[in-house]
Amino acid sequence: MTAIPVTTRKDWASDQEVRWCPGCGDYSILAAVQMLMPELGVRRESTVFLSGIGCAARFPYYMNTYGLHSIHGRAPAIATGLATTRPDLDVWVVTGDGDALSIGGNHLIHALRRNVNMTILLFNNQIYGLTKGQYSPTSELSKITKSTPFGSLDTPFNPISLALGAEATFVARTHDMDRGHMQEIFRRAHDHKGAAFVEVYQNCNVYNDGAFEKITSRDARSSMLIPLVHGQPIRFGAEGERGVVQRPDGRLEIVDVAEVGEDALVVHDETRDDPGLAFALSRLAAGPYEPTPIGVFRAVERPEYGEEMSRQIVRAQERLGVGDLDALLRSGSTWTVE
Amino acid sequence: MATGTRRETEQLERVVVRFAGDSGDGMQLTGDRFTTSSALVGNDLSTFPDFPAEIRAPAGTLAGVSAFQVHIADRDILTPGDAPDVLVAMNPAALRANIGLVPAGATLIVNVDAFDERSLAKAGYSSNPLTDNSLSAYRVYEVPMTSLTQEVCKEAGVKPRDAERSKNFFALGLVSWLYTRPVEPTLEWIAARFGANPTVAEANTRAFRAGYHFGETAELFTANYEVRPAPFEPGEYTQITGNQALAWGLLAASRLAGLPLFLGSYPITPASDILHELSRRKEFGVRTFQAEDEIAGVGAALGAAFGGCLGVTTTSGPGLDLKSETIGLAVNLELPLIVVDVQRGGPSTGLPTKAEQADLLHAMYGRHGEAPVPIVAPRTPSRCFDAAIDAVRLAVTYRTPVILLSDGYLANGAEPWRLPDLSALEPIDPAFASEPNHVDPDGTPKFLPYVRDPQTLARPWAPPGVPGLEHRIGGLEKADLTGNVSYDPENHEAMVRWRANKIAGIAKTLPDVEVDHEDGAELLVLGWGSTYGAITAGVRRARARGLKVAQAHLDFVNPFPLNLGEVVRRYPKVLIPEINLGQLSRLIRAEYLVDAQSLNKVQGVPFRAGEIEDAIVKLIGGAR
Repeated sequence: MTAIPVTTRKDWASDQEVRWCPGCGDYSILAAVQMLMPELGVRRESTVFLSGIGCAARFPYYMNTYGLHSIHGRAPAIATGLATTRPDLDVWVVTGDGDALSIGGNHLIHALRRNVNMTILLFNNQIYGLTKGQYSPTSELSKITKSTPFGSLDTPFNPISLALGAEATFVARTHDMDRGHMQEIFRRAHDHKGAAFVEVYQNCNVYNDGAFEKITSRDARSSMLIPLVHGQPIRFGAEGERGVVQRPDGRLEIVDVAEVGEDALVVHDETRDDPGLAFALSRLAAGPYEPTPIGVFRAVERPEYGEEMSRQIVRAQERLGVGDLDALLRSGSTWTVE
Repeated sequence: MATGTRRETEQLERVVVRFAGDSGDGMQLTGDRFTTSSALVGNDLSTFPDFPAEIRAPAGTLAGVSAFQVHIADRDILTPGDAPDVLVAMNPAALRANIGLVPAGATLIVNVDAFDERSLAKAGYSSNPLTDNSLSAYRVYEVPMTSLTQEVCKEAGVKPRDAERSKNFFALGLVSWLYTRPVEPTLEWIAARFGANPTVAEANTRAFRAGYHFGETAELFTANYEVRPAPFEPGEYTQITGNQALAWGLLAASRLAGLPLFLGSYPITPASDILHELSRRKEFGVRTFQAEDEIAGVGAALGAAFGGCLGVTTTSGPGLDLKSETIGLAVNLELPLIVVDVQRGGPSTGLPTKAEQADLLHAMYGRHGEAPVPIVAPRTPSRCFDAAIDAVRLAVTYRTPVILLSDGYLANGAEPWRLPDLSALEPIDPAFASEPNHVDPDGTPKFLPYVRDPQTLARPWAPPGVPGLEHRIGGLEKADLTGNVSYDPENHEAMVRWRANKIAGIAKTLPDVEVDHEDGAELLVLGWGSTYGAITAGVRRARARGLKVAQAHLDFVNPFPLNLGEVVRRYPKVLIPEINLGQLSRLIRAEYLVDAQSLNKVQGVPFRAGEIEDAIVKLIGGAR
């Protein structure tokens, strides 16, 4: 293998014109990824972006890598076949809240529990954009949309809770207004062995504009985003004046640090085997209008599915030698006719 | 154990034995062992396992009856037999469920211990058929199989309740004596299979021997029989089922193509045994993936194909429904993909364990848009091996999904198979793209993923990992050559036609359909898939009556072989027997505008040769 060539963002952009609506949050996510790639130490020819259907799913067309724009919801399944047979590749799945959590919910949870080596970026805009504005599985209850003129009746999914419940080994959240944070999280997700799940709060300026404004706008961030930093007490606010404590009954609560003292704060440990605390953190905000944790909720090590699959083959071949088809055909009762 | 006997041994040309009992009685195992010992004798044979979908329906009820029919002969045979010469019935329900299949004069061997009042009532008998004269048309042998088995097992310290479970081996021993089957292979098999549980091995061995000796000494039977070896072509043979042949064919194809095999599947009857078989073959480098659902199974297989593997999914009707969208994607991506559909009775859940040629039109048309795929259809269990290789060859050469239509009858049926010379099989060239295939006007080399091979019209297969060949493909319509997204109307029609012409062009490489012609024949009997045996046997019988009949059978259903139009027009009448309501016949009528007659049966069981014969007689019997 030759040395990995030095690249720039331009090398990672395909020659296709980007066709998202002007002002779409997807542009900043694409930029963050394209700018990050030269820093990851990976090869273009060994990188594959896969997607299903939706606005986010156009992402692979814009990356100058191998790419597969598949069918609605199925990208994690297709990526499973690719990632398990080609461990030499970097497999990325780009999906949306409808693609991953509605039609493709089954594939998402199973890819996560199996811990197949792929990096899943879920662009959550809480709306169906490509089909022009119906509510999604992450839309808030009672949302008025074209398909719910009297308000939606469905309780939304919390993607982080769902991923934790699905035994994911890496679970993180970031948002489209902060390139630096996105890149930090994407890098961590990429470097994780196994399935990495990243929820990206993403603004759909046409059908659900401002869904995350209360927490991601420049003015709101310090008081509304709770950065999760491994090994550090969980605190936020311009001066770090607020923090998270755990009550004796297990509940997490936001308090003024001055009242409880820094030692009372929960210290974030993303490597905890028990996902209970991470789950509680994912439930801290009822929606993107209350202080919301961002960063890595969970990052634990567990055997990677494709590697285990390959290991079974190696072990079988060590035990039995490489398969001999002639012998296999004769493994039952045989007889010879002269 | 002495295999000789004081009584005479009569020669038979052929015999059909049907073992019937409760689902839990081990009838499939019993039939399978009888089949193997017959194969080792050198008989030709054909089997028909016939079992319910329920794993253990209530014991003693008609719903729980499981049967295994095997036809053995000293000459080449084609079907598991129209009617049993011998029915072994382990209880009243087994007798009642099967007696309708047994012709007068045939032999019934019944486990008389099971004919108590309660069991008779469960089976719906108001009086005991063994005593009410209702079986007077048959030679009935009442054998106390349960009590004799318990008796011989007692000495070995086996509890009566456990010993009862070995009574199927008593039946096997008895029938093995009756047809002079060798005992050693079965004794060896029992030792190997139950070696981990010596008590069970001992009980089964004793039951088997007791059954054999019972036949020899009980003075019930006036003679026993011998079916001599059939005249097979020289070679090494084994006995094989369709599912096993298919799994091994995939292994062979993977080796011929030099492509690692990836199987993405979801368990479904009657296809699961292919997944089971390949899951055991890790030493061949096979990756098997039991997916979360049918869609994920085919999706993962397609993902593996994108990565340069041989991607395969196996399923049955309900699963084919679910896979349709992904197969359409594979049509559009133009990637090799093997979809094995082991057909069963439909619609919906239908008849999971029964055979039906249910999905031909589904395979042809079951996708939105113009989405043609090649269809391969094996005709016998052993031909599933060849069909798997054919399917892979087409898929890889033409970069297309291929549907292989097996069915429940082929999947579970067994026949002798002359082992192929693997070294003589033609390699399959995946011909991966290795370098750019185009130069831009400014001199920059470029890779265009939808440039077509002029012969096959196939596009390049360029798995990730090769610098300079990075490209994006997807389900949206693509511009010719570049593969970029295109909504251009003219381009769409051009691409639709490329894809259609590519599949149609496969016909050029297919062998002509062979016609078993007879001078003066005015009827062609045309079939596809698992009806081959019954059709061929029916045609033979019609010919024996002096009727002039031609026969042809399709191994490739889409596209049709190039000579098929000429063949179906050559005969004044065409008869198409199918285990459905007439799916191939619609295709033939539409394609060639011939007035083909359909012969249909949709009962979850194969045609009997007699039914084919009758239909032929009806059509041309007057012209003898």
